[in-house]
Amino acid sequence: MGWIGKLIKGLCLAAPPYCAFTDLFFAVRTVDGVSMQPTLNPDGNNTDFVLLDRRVTSSLQLERGDVVSLISPKDPSQWLIKRVVAMEGDQIRAASCFEETVDIPKGHIWVEGDNHDCSLDSNNFGPVSLGLITSKASHVLWPPSRWGRLEKKDIGGPRLTLRENAERGKVFFGWE
Amino acid sequence: MASAFSALRKTVVFMVTGVSTCYCTLRFICGLGKCEDVSMEPVIQHGDLVLISPFYVNHQYLQKGDVVFCRSPKNPRAIICKRLVAMEGDCVFNGEKGFEEYVDKGQIWLEGDNKDYSIDSRTYGPIPYGLLISKVTLRLWPPKRFGFIELPEQLKKPCST
Repeated sequence: MGWIGKLIKGLCLAAPPYCAFTDLFFAVRTVDGVSMQPTLNPDGNNTDFVLLDRRVTSSLQLERGDVVSLISPKDPSQWLIKRVVAMEGDQIRAASCFEETVDIPKGHIWVEGDNHDCSLDSNNFGPVSLGLITSKASHVLWPPSRWGRLEKKDIGGPRLTLRENAERGKVFFGWE
Repeated sequence: MASAFSALRKTVVFMVTGVSTCYCTLRFICGLGKCEDVSMEPVIQHGDLVLISPFYVNHQYLQKGDVVFCRSPKNPRAIICKRLVAMEGDCVFNGEKGFEEYVDKGQIWLEGDNKDYSIDSRTYGPIPYGLLISKVTLRLWPPKRFGFIELPEQLKKPCST
């Protein structure tokens, strides 16, 4: 068996653990799009790599200001990266042209991009269900000059009315 | 010593690969699910063991009439088992509210067969496709009702839009 055979055998042995690891624990992905400027992709060159923490899909311990990745509610094959602005129970005034006040329903969150002018977010499609969250973006890995943790940031500002909800997190496991 | 080490290494490598292969098969191709829901009676009854195939959802091979497992939009940890009644671009008659609704792009309309005991899209409207987990293909247990989940005879006719 030559080196090609060894390589193929190694790849076959490594593929399932890799898939399971990226599905359960951590994954690395590039960020495309400008919706998170200036935090991610500040020069618009789609070069940033982020570390995605997949464990939040089971624990769901999110806070306001976290950067999350989610499946787009408008297109299941599209992947969005946004910041959590409001959690369930909060009230927010949407930044769209209607400026309506929205109460976030149970099991939903309000996500927005850092770049207000160029972001497809909850101002377009409303609150999103927590079940669409696939991971939390915890670190920037590339480029090395901005290597580090993604900090929490408040971008809701005065539009957001916080309501601490004692019921939050106490969700029911199983069937409905 | 060296041979013992290499044997140990081989065992660990094959165990890790085996466990993760099992995980990937169950997670991405087909797995087992126990349905503890009355909203799909009589097709799937409380406590039935079914074979679920996430493959159909990930590659978008679903068609109208399929039975699916889905995350509840109100509660990300609850699972619901419903029938896929309409897909994006369809119009569907909402029997509870009494008017027709349009299913937007990237969304689906789910309804249970057991209309009286089912909380579904008739209450909370169309839900995003991304919440789907898997298609239910085969009923495994109890053995006397073993078989494929069949499509209903009459699918609801979508209006012409």
